Amino acid sequence: MSLTPERLTELKRQAINLRRHVVESVHHAGAGHLGGPMSAADMLIALYFEVLNIDPADPHKADRDRFILSKGHSSIGLYSVLALRGYFPLEELKTFDAIDSRLQGHPAMDMLPGIDMSSGSLGQGLSPGLGMALAARLKGESFHTYVMLGDGDSQEGQVWEAALVAGRYRVDNLTAILDLNGLQQYGWATDTGYGDLARKPPQENPEARWQSFGWNTISINGHDIKQFIDACSRAKAEHDGPTIIIAHTTKGKGISYMEDDFNWHSKPVTDDDLKQAQEELAAQEAALV
Amino acid sequence: MKTLHLPLTLGDTLKAQRDAFGDTLVELIDQDERVYVLDGDLANSTKADKVSRERPARFLQMGIAEQNMMGVAAGMASCGLIPWLSSFACFLVNRDLDQLRVVVAQPNLPVKIAGAYSGLLTGKTGKTHQEVSDLSVMRAMPNMTVISPADAVEVRAAMIATNDSDGPVYIRMTRDPETVAFPDDYTFEIGRTIVVREGSDVTIFSTGAQTMRCLQAADLLAANGISAHVVHVPTIKPLDAEGIAEAAARTGRVVTAEDHTIIGGLGGAVAEALGELQPTPMRRVGIRDTFGESAANEDLLAKYGITPEHVADAARALL
Repeated sequence: MSLTPERLTELKRQAINLRRHVVESVHHAGAGHLGGPMSAADMLIALYFEVLNIDPADPHKADRDRFILSKGHSSIGLYSVLALRGYFPLEELKTFDAIDSRLQGHPAMDMLPGIDMSSGSLGQGLSPGLGMALAARLKGESFHTYVMLGDGDSQEGQVWEAALVAGRYRVDNLTAILDLNGLQQYGWATDTGYGDLARKPPQENPEARWQSFGWNTISINGHDIKQFIDACSRAKAEHDGPTIIIAHTTKGKGISYMEDDFNWHSKPVTDDDLKQAQEELAAQEAALV
Repeated sequence: MKTLHLPLTLGDTLKAQRDAFGDTLVELIDQDERVYVLDGDLANSTKADKVSRERPARFLQMGIAEQNMMGVAAGMASCGLIPWLSSFACFLVNRDLDQLRVVVAQPNLPVKIAGAYSGLLTGKTGKTHQEVSDLSVMRAMPNMTVISPADAVEVRAAMIATNDSDGPVYIRMTRDPETVAFPDDYTFEIGRTIVVREGSDVTIFSTGAQTMRCLQAADLLAANGISAHVVHVPTIKPLDAEGIAEAAARTGRVVTAEDHTIIGGLGGAVAEALGELQPTPMRRVGIRDTFGESAANEDLLAKYGITPEHVADAARALL
């Protein structure tokens, strides 16, 4: 996959747009998750603008690539990229979490076209992804399935059931993406306890763990769009079993006061918070040119 | 829905519901290219092993990992396939309940859940393996269709009727060979109640294999000059509330009978329906808020109070 410098700059601009929509939507709704959508933002943009074979005008197309957000609490990140990609008007982001909205707190496939699988109860995304990959194999279809996991999400035992079975079936049309942002809602104490923001990571040595379950691993910087797109190409070209892209990321990435602070996992955005975030994002956008 | 009147008599033929499950899976596979079987490593108990031998391309071993199995089924169903799950009711209902809730029931995907070894009669495996609250749990889940067939013929008919239905289906099945009473040409309709014995003194509602014991109870009552109206309720949800109210009004006395807890299953569902539509004096025959134990079938039926004699006693108490 060749990526021109102009295209890369455009994707970076869209990632800034995504972060802007996330923070504005959560500000408007008065509630929502922020840290997770921010760590996933660059990968979500790369997936929906470059990697996935999809058609926003035909969201149920049978041979489309599938994407599952196992860390479903990052829903506003997914809604923002779907809106930016043209699945629905950007204006609809204002309905996030409101009564009768298609944009539920956690993604609901029965409510919003473009959501390939419902999620939100953690640890549940990889299994349906395996089901889709097996369905493609059984039906002789060529679509590829991508599942984005969180590092907290991966503490659920079901993830490892799915990892084990996917390894046994040697599915090569399934790519997992681990958004390894290093934090979860409250987290595990350091040796000095819970006194400050420091936490032990949600996953220890994920590369070795996934390899031991029969997966290929590719480790990257999840905020480097080019690295991520290259990793997706390599994963798709791998024909010996499933591959996981272990993406090292920063929770809250892009908004200085959110970065690496577990409190921004989910938190209302004040008017002042919004203003500062918008200024920081505007500065990042100005620096692109 | 119009109630079916189908007088049944207990014959001499015995067949296990699980054998009908295995046979019918092969039949469905041959008729429908979308059908696949996912097994939680119990195929040689549930009898889905017939598929593994005769139609191996349609059999996917998922191992001892029910949560993943339910999720895989959701993914396959979202791609247009019809997955049938093979495991014990106790695991399919409890172990992966959150997966059923979030990725199957909420998006209303057509996953077919075949709960084998339901009720008390599980071959001396005891309370860990006896599932006596599945009807209550499944009935409370939005979008679920919940079916509890009486015999092997009705298992087949219910599988044929639900294979192509929208949304998730739970079919409760038993382990051991029991009397077959339904005729081979019987057609299952989701939500239909069936009068299997006409009577005028007391109405007995029953579900699952317990309906066969209720026919025996009706014989016991007939010997006392009591005419029992026996209504088989194979679909616990959607419940035929109007048909149930009508059958209750006919005699003014109601007994419910099930190999299941009296809390929230058939007895609960009938009480809820009659409470709103046709308040009627009633007795619930079933397991009374307790877990079971491992023992011979006849001992379990007797100790936990679900023999034909128990049903007849409950009916007499209302007269």
